[in-house]
Amino acid sequence: MSDPLFQITLFAYILTTAAYLVYFARQNNKMRTVARAMLLGTGLIHTACIVARYIEAGHTPLTSNHEAVSFFAWSMTWGFLSFRWRYDVKNFGAFVTPITTALMLVAALSSRTIHELAPALQSNWLPVHASIALMANGFLSLAFCGGLMYLLQEREIKYKHFGLFYTRLPSLEALDNLNHHSVAIGFSLLTLGIVTGSVWAKQAWGTYWQWDPKETWSLITWLIYAALLHQRLTVGWRRRRAAIMAIVGFLAALFTLWGVSFLLEGAHSYVG
Amino acid sequence: MWADSIMAIGVNHKTAPVAVREQLTFAGDCQTPLRQLQAIDGCDECYFLSTCNRVEVLFVSRDPETTLKAVRKFLFSGTSLSEEEIDRYSYLHQGQDAINHLFLVAASLDSMIVGEPQILGQLKQAYREASDGQTTGPILNRLLHKAFSVAKRVRTETNIGGGAASISYAAVQLARKIFGELTGKRVMLIGAGEMAELAAEHLVAQGIDHVLVANRTLERAATLARTFNGTAISLPEVVNRIPEVDIVISSTGATDLILRRDEIRPLMRQRHNRPLFLIDIAVPRDLDPMLNTLDNVYLYDIDDLTNVVEVNKSERAKEAASAERIVAEEVLKFRQWLENMEVAPTIAAIRRQGEAIKEQELAKTLASLGNLSEKEKKAVQGLAASIVNKMLHHPMLYLKTDCKPDEKKQKLDMARKLFNLDAAPDDGSSGMQ
Repeated sequence: MSDPLFQITLFAYILTTAAYLVYFARQNNKMRTVARAMLLGTGLIHTACIVARYIEAGHTPLTSNHEAVSFFAWSMTWGFLSFRWRYDVKNFGAFVTPITTALMLVAALSSRTIHELAPALQSNWLPVHASIALMANGFLSLAFCGGLMYLLQEREIKYKHFGLFYTRLPSLEALDNLNHHSVAIGFSLLTLGIVTGSVWAKQAWGTYWQWDPKETWSLITWLIYAALLHQRLTVGWRRRRAAIMAIVGFLAALFTLWGVSFLLEGAHSYVG
Repeated sequence: MWADSIMAIGVNHKTAPVAVREQLTFAGDCQTPLRQLQAIDGCDECYFLSTCNRVEVLFVSRDPETTLKAVRKFLFSGTSLSEEEIDRYSYLHQGQDAINHLFLVAASLDSMIVGEPQILGQLKQAYREASDGQTTGPILNRLLHKAFSVAKRVRTETNIGGGAASISYAAVQLARKIFGELTGKRVMLIGAGEMAELAAEHLVAQGIDHVLVANRTLERAATLARTFNGTAISLPEVVNRIPEVDIVISSTGATDLILRRDEIRPLMRQRHNRPLFLIDIAVPRDLDPMLNTLDNVYLYDIDDLTNVVEVNKSERAKEAASAERIVAEEVLKFRQWLENMEVAPTIAAIRRQGEAIKEQELAKTLASLGNLSEKEKKAVQGLAASIVNKMLHHPMLYLKTDCKPDEKKQKLDMARKLFNLDAAPDDGSSGMQ
C-alpha cells in the first residue's frame, strides 16, 4: 500500500515543481493558483503515504534513509505551506519545490525495505526525537532557500544587473524576515531534537552525551545557528551575512543527516 | 453601417506643440463643453476628454461630415489657429480608425510615457461625466466599456506598465526592493535641487516617516524641510545623522565628495547593519563610488538610474508591440458587434436562438416520452414551433417598423440585451467602479 502511494507522491512532487517553475518563468497568476493547489494536494497525499507506511511497518517510519528523507521533504512542504498561510513571499515555491523533489528522488533511490525495529530503537522516544530533528531540517532548508534568494536578489541590486530575479523576487527586507523566521523555528526544533535525543540516550545507553559523530555534528550545526541568532540580536548580523550563515548552517545540517550516516560510523547509523 | 458614423477629432502631444495645446484648455468640468457638443445638429452621442497632453472629442453622428465641421468649429473656437493650422495640428479618425485610436489611448499606448496608467483614470472620469450628462448612447457606452476592458487586458497580459519610466520613480522602486514597505523609513536630502525634491515627494507619498534636509544655505534647507514637515540640518552635521536615516539623496553642486567610504564604514555597525540606500544624482558626484563595496550599502548614481530607466523604456517598447496586437484583435471584435447592430442580423440572431431552444427542448421531451407514434411526434413538434413563432412575432414586427436612426439604435440595443445576443459581456460593468 505505501509503495504505490510513494510513487504517486513522487510524481505529484515532480508535477508541482514543474508548475512552480512555469509560474516562475511566465509569472502568470492563474499558474500560481494551480501550483499552490497542487502543492497542497501533494502535501496531503504525502501525509497519507507516511501514515500508510506507519500502519504497514507497525512502528514510526523514521528508521531508514528512505523514511527519514521522505519525512524531511514532508516537513519542508508543510513548513512552506504554513508560511504561505501567514505571509506571501513571491516565488518562494519555485525554490522550495525543486529541493523537496530532489529529496523525494533521494528517498526513491534508497532501499524501501521495511525492517524490524532494532531493540535499541524500541522506545517512545523514537517518534519524538526523530520527527523533531527532521522537522528542524525542514525549516532550516526553508531558511536555506530564503538565503539563496536573498543573495541572488542582492547581487542584482548591488551590481545593477537586473536580470531574472529582480522583478520576480520580493524585497530584500521580506527575504531577510523569511530567513529570520525560518531559522528561529528551525533552531528551536533543533534544540528540542538534541535535548530529547540526549534524554533518550540517558535511558538507552546510560549517558546523556557520548560524542557519537551524529551528536557532534548536530552540536556543530546548532552552534552555527546559535551564533547567527546571537549575532543578529547583538550586533545586527542580518541580511547578507545572515543569508550566508543560513546556507552554511544548512550544509552542516545535511552533513549531520547524511555525511555522518554514510561516511562515519556511529550509534545513529540507519538499520540496513 | 454604424462604423463610419463614429469619429474622433482632437490634438495631442504628438500632433501639436504645447503652445497650441494650451489654447484648447477647457477650464472646469466637462459639462459645459458636453452640452455644447450635444446641441450640435446630428451629434447623437459624444464624449469629451481633456488632459494636459490631449483634448479630444469622440462622437457618433448620422451625418458625420456636417457634424464634424461644427465640432471642429467648437473645439478650435477659442484659438487663433487658421484652417490650415488646425489641419496640421489635429488628428481625425473615422470608423475603425477611431475605435483603434480610442483603444490605443485607453491602453496608454498613445501616451507621452507609454504604459503610464493615469490616462485610464482620466478616461473613466471623462466617461462618467458624459454618462452623467447623458450624452452617450448605446454605441459609445459599449465602445468605452470595451476600451476599459482592452486597457485592463493589455495591463494583465503584457508588462507594459512594469518598470519605472522616470528617474525619481526608479529610485522609489529600488527603495521598495531594498526595504519592502517604506512606512517608518527616514530620508535625508543633501542639497535642495529640483530632482531631489521630486524624488523625496515620491518617497513621502510612499509613506516615508521623516525627511531631513541639509543644504549649504540653511535658509533654503529650512524652506524645503517645511514642505515635507521635516527637519533642516547643516552640511557638517550630515555624517553624524547618517545612523538615523535609511535613504540619502544627494544633489549638491559641490566639486568634492560629501560622504566617503571610510566615514560611513564605522557607522554601519552603529546602524546595526540596517541597509542604507544612497542615491547620488549630482554631477560631479557627491558620494564616494567605493561606498557600494560596503555590506548592506547600495549606491546608485545618476548614470545607474538612467540605465534602469532606459532598460525599462525599451522593455515597454517591446511590450507595446504585443499590446497593439491585443488592440487590433479587440477592434475587430467591436466591428463585428457594430455590424450586428442592424435589423437583419438582429432578427436572424433572434430566430436562430428560438430555433436552438426549440430543438433542445424537443430533443429532451421526445426522449422522455418514449414510444410516440409518428403523428403524435409531429403534433409535439408543431406545438413547439408555433409557440416559438408566436412569441417572436411581435418583437420582430416592432424591430422591422421604420423609425429615426437614433431610435433604431436604442431599439436594437434593447432587443439585443433582452435576448442576450451579445453573450458574456464581461467587459460591461467590470471596467467601471
